[in-house]
Amino acid sequence: MSGQTISEKIFSRAANKVIHAGEFAFASVDCAMANDITAPLAVQGFNEILAGQKEKKVWDPKKVVIVFDHQAPADSLNAANIHIMLRKFAKEQNIINYDVCEGICHQIMVEKGHVKPGELIVGADSHTCTYGALGAFATGIGSTDMASVLATGRLWFKAPQSIRFEISGRLPDRVCAKDVILHIIGDVGADGASYQACEYAGPTVKDMDISERMTLCNMAIEMGAKAGIVEPDKKTETYLKERISGFNFGPFRSDGDANYIQRREYDVSELEPQVACPHNVDNVKSVSKVEGTKIDQIFIGSCTNGRVDDLKVVADILEGNKIAEGVRVIIILASKDEYMKALKAGFIETFIGAGAAVGAPCCGPCMGGSFGLLGDGEVGLATSNRNFKGRQGSTKAFVYLCSPATAAASALRGKITDPRTI
Amino acid sequence: MDKGNVWKFGDDIDTDAIIPGRYLTINDPKELAKHVFEGVRPEFARDVAKGDIIVVGKNFGCGSSREHAPLALKGAGIYCVIAKSFARIFFRNAINIGLPVLECEEADSISEGDALKIDFKKGIIENETKREKYQVASMPEFIMGIIGSDGLIKYTKALIKTQKRG
Repeated sequence: MSGQTISEKIFSRAANKVIHAGEFAFASVDCAMANDITAPLAVQGFNEILAGQKEKKVWDPKKVVIVFDHQAPADSLNAANIHIMLRKFAKEQNIINYDVCEGICHQIMVEKGHVKPGELIVGADSHTCTYGALGAFATGIGSTDMASVLATGRLWFKAPQSIRFEISGRLPDRVCAKDVILHIIGDVGADGASYQACEYAGPTVKDMDISERMTLCNMAIEMGAKAGIVEPDKKTETYLKERISGFNFGPFRSDGDANYIQRREYDVSELEPQVACPHNVDNVKSVSKVEGTKIDQIFIGSCTNGRVDDLKVVADILEGNKIAEGVRVIIILASKDEYMKALKAGFIETFIGAGAAVGAPCCGPCMGGSFGLLGDGEVGLATSNRNFKGRQGSTKAFVYLCSPATAAASALRGKITDPRTI
Repeated sequence: MDKGNVWKFGDDIDTDAIIPGRYLTINDPKELAKHVFEGVRPEFARDVAKGDIIVVGKNFGCGSSREHAPLALKGAGIYCVIAKSFARIFFRNAINIGLPVLECEEADSISEGDALKIDFKKGIIENETKREKYQVASMPEFIMGIIGSDGLIKYTKALIKTQKRG
């Protein structure tokens, strides 16, 4: 029998038996997360499952997290009433509830210590795959699956095959993790990794900070993947030690003789900034191919690129400059902690001085259900993760996706701009 | 055997296209159904009939994990979705809420408006309009158990009765 990938090892631990890719298992989850658009149906399902039972408690309140981020602060009467219902549920169940001031669920899960290497985590949100940045196997599920998890702490899984991405080369100036993952998605396609785990490795990934690894893992779902994952290392350990005490750092890494369905190699030393063009995330082009496209609105933020590390390059580019006339720029940090860091670094002043609108931490315009929508015929540029038709408002709008550097450079010119030319 | 008429869509239909983000505070399937495919096919919600079937290409339901997408289709009376392939989370969600999803390599042979008869037990789709038959990919026994229980809620309910929780 061959060795195991990190994903197979995590499933083996969670199912308490040796598991290889393709095998089905009921596994115990280490943590479960739901947000304000997915939790209501999960709570409804949970109540149905436990109807008639004496005890109506979640399986382990310390392992359940509910975050208000998609429609926070409440942007409609429906959202306000949903928040009331969820607050009450969280209080009754004694589960962890992050309210409207805290930020995006995925950022919170990682920075508040709810994710540890080797854990199996489920979240009722497709970008749950972000947590692979810390060496956990984390995957998005629906609300009914979540209902079942809330009641039992267990769920059925098929252990996935893994694709190993070996990434090497030093990234050129103003080319970032977002450009790497957009390039990979363009190459692999929107369903090229369906049902599989994307394991990112190689010297470039080793050099990346946790926030950059989060960007890589976050967008695994845009290739159809079940998870994105990076083997934990010293950087992971340092990141976690700042957040969790008394945590034992387990040996979760892939064996040398593990089986991969594919191995792909990328040299990024000459990679150009990348842009995903309307209306699919895998419609990726080098920035030079779309330079000059006029933009109406730029959104910088989201679980993909809303951290202070992302905003540093934006501040560098905007510092002392003015945003071009005719383009509006919305900047939203991914969490309260990240916002405070940006505030202390003076970035917020730079952004507002340049003419940007800076919002409180939340998902913002990314999912097109709240504020900052695009109108008919408008063109948007965003550092978020999806550009589907209608995703950010009108189905007659056009959304391009890019890195924070490209977004900032484009803000100064009012059109898509190569950040290396600023 | 059950029958329905076909609505045809292409590849990579995402969950934002099925139900846009601005309707996600709605959790009632019938209310969601009023907005299903609103942006990409505005006549759908008005003209769809109970028992109709959606036939698509590859990667149907990609993107967001919103269960509102299969719920909206179920609320609209869609009887079954046939695809060359499904995105993972949508596939699970559909099974979990009892919306039948069938993988069929020959989905391209089916046209808009075709009348289909489906034999779930045998895994056969009969195209009455074209007088053709197609084979459906078989599902693991595991999943058949959930479908047999009419979705995951009832399946888990039964599980809890027989096992200790946790």
